[in-house]
Amino acid sequence: MPQRAQRSALSRLWGQPRVRATVWQVGTGLAVLAALLWFQGNLAANLARRSLDLGFDFLWGPASFELGDNPVGYAAGDSFLLAFAAGLGNTLQVAAIGIALTACTGVAVALLRLSHNPLTAGAAKLYVEIARNTPLLLQLMFWHQLIVRVLPGPRLAWNPVPGVFLSNRGLIVPVLGWQPAFGWALAALALGIVLAVMARRRIAWLLPVLLPLGALASAQPMAFDVPVLRGFNFAGGTTLSPEMVALVWALVFYQGSFAAETIRGGILGVPKGLTEAAASLGLSRAKATRLVVMPLALRIAIPPLTSQFMSLTKNSSLAVAIGYPDLVRVSNVAISETGRAVECIVITLAVYLVLSLATALAMNGWNARLLQRGT
Amino acid sequence: MNASPRPPPALRIAPLQRVRTLFFASVPNGVATLFMLWLLWQIVPAAWRYFVTDALTAPADIKQCVQAGGFCWSFVQDRWRQILFGTFPYTEHWRAGLACVVFLSLIVVTLLALGAPTGRRRLRLVGLAWAAGLALIAALMYGGVFGLVPVQSRLWAGLPLTLMLAAVGTGLGFVLGVALALARREGPPLIRWLAVAYIEFLRGVPLISLLFVASILLPLLLPPGVDVDKLVRTLLAFALFFAAYMAEALRGGLAAVPQGQKDAAAALGLGWWRMQWLVVMPQALRVVVPSLVNIFIAAFKDTSLVVVISMMDLLGTANIARSDAAWWGLYIEPYVFIGAIYLCGCTAMAAYSRHIERRMAKGAA
Repeated sequence: MPQRAQRSALSRLWGQPRVRATVWQVGTGLAVLAALLWFQGNLAANLARRSLDLGFDFLWGPASFELGDNPVGYAAGDSFLLAFAAGLGNTLQVAAIGIALTACTGVAVALLRLSHNPLTAGAAKLYVEIARNTPLLLQLMFWHQLIVRVLPGPRLAWNPVPGVFLSNRGLIVPVLGWQPAFGWALAALALGIVLAVMARRRIAWLLPVLLPLGALASAQPMAFDVPVLRGFNFAGGTTLSPEMVALVWALVFYQGSFAAETIRGGILGVPKGLTEAAASLGLSRAKATRLVVMPLALRIAIPPLTSQFMSLTKNSSLAVAIGYPDLVRVSNVAISETGRAVECIVITLAVYLVLSLATALAMNGWNARLLQRGT
Repeated sequence: MNASPRPPPALRIAPLQRVRTLFFASVPNGVATLFMLWLLWQIVPAAWRYFVTDALTAPADIKQCVQAGGFCWSFVQDRWRQILFGTFPYTEHWRAGLACVVFLSLIVVTLLALGAPTGRRRLRLVGLAWAAGLALIAALMYGGVFGLVPVQSRLWAGLPLTLMLAAVGTGLGFVLGVALALARREGPPLIRWLAVAYIEFLRGVPLISLLFVASILLPLLLPPGVDVDKLVRTLLAFALFFAAYMAEALRGGLAAVPQGQKDAAAALGLGWWRMQWLVVMPQALRVVVPSLVNIFIAAFKDTSLVVVISMMDLLGTANIARSDAAWWGLYIEPYVFIGAIYLCGCTAMAAYSRHIERRMAKGAA
């Protein structure tokens, strides 16, 4: 054809997929590189104008702010590095408690929503709709205000269970004094579980109950560090700040609804034939749920649940709005104290990124193992 | 004698029987029923007292409200305009209200168009509607044309700001998301690698820290002297953030398009771009409409995070109204008021998303 003959060498070259791909890649790579260089140049100019420099040396300098209770034991005067560690510790602590409680809430609400009782199913649905369809930050601020305003001062603190106090100072709970007998009891529990699994008899499951009890019999009288009201505040026990209580409560309330829907999806995803088979074997509804449905449902639900737990961890950063000293808040306070915005934001982003990627890798590994086993 | 046949006895027992199987089938079930009844007994009268009996509907001040002990409707009557429109000039509130109406109609039109088994022409109409609508909204909000008083963008607040961040943020995010999804699935290695890095990075960090990047870091990354409006920077952060989630949703849709479709398009002589635009994308989009709606719901809720960088969206204006001296001490009313707005919007959209999903499931079966 005459048209083809007229095509230039250049357009013929462009017609080859490999050439085209190379051109696109080189072009994109150069564009990204140029953008990065441009940002870097601007950053250098801006920092020079404010006579700032970049560097992480400030992390070893002393920080002057207080953060309240934290798992690392940071106090004003310690290094910024320790302050960031305290923030990360607080984030992880809230995430761990939140994930555990969310999982329990999720399973419970999912089962309630699937129950044949219209009252419980309706109540569960109402909860899910309200919790899912309002912003987490709104819920968090609401619960925080409620805790600070409605709960009484320490002198009139609510005392639902002996030793547990709920007041506008937070949740005060007793802590158990550690003694060697507890170690033995834990060992006995582990041994009991191993024995019970090996024995493959239902009766053997009494062992993990009885063995630790036997070990505990040798214990000293339990030494609880019980909080007592002294003057205007509590002595003893451990105090969870109102901010932490509000944060955990709001996170569990919000994420629990998503977890419930995911688990419900998992349960509905279990083929009906399996439930019917369980019923025809004579298993009761409760037993069929526990032995047949839940193990399969959790297998379906666990990948999406993991990403929800990850988003719970990321959402714990909303703590900054009510002043709970999580990682993001520490970073903000550090920015206002040192002016090192770039470094502090980079640290925050990097920490969350590492957490997410580690979770994703673990999840992928777990999935791959499941696929390999073919179950 | 009565000749008419008596109704079978089973029918008379049936309701009771049903009650028994539903509410008292087993001991735990019975306990649950009794517990729920007790809970209702506790909650319903209390809620009735709080919202109706003890609530003051007539104009009242904070003292009277606190004394009555119920929901303070007069606070809502007094402050609803402040909560909805915030710092927008009081006499110009109708403009902000009109902008909200335009936004809501655009969102409804888009959702309906996405839900219908679409033709490309209808999508083009939706695009035109957005262009016209956004121009109208910009005119209403900025002013300065048709004799409207100019209003600076830092005075925009409340519902218009919330809707703008959600709609424009996800709209831009969608465009970028399509590009990212295609790059991740079809691109040559370097481009694919860049797309993966971008998506995983954005999905790995919390939105809050990204908002801090937009409000603190971004001004440092722009040439000295260049001052980009904070609203634009925040919109950009939302778009960049939700683009990653949209891309992941779209990737699922792209994977669902059978290879045969692409082969057929290639056999017809379509180039890569036209193949994607005419054959692949329409099919992929249809599959992911429910996920896209869910991302939009998440974005609508997550716009509230801008209060952390001191922008006054709906939650921000509610906080302002709460800390007002005239109504000092109220905290349930403002949150319940805006909570109801969010709840209505999100529940409606979620119900619509489930409706589309069900219809798709039926179509597939």
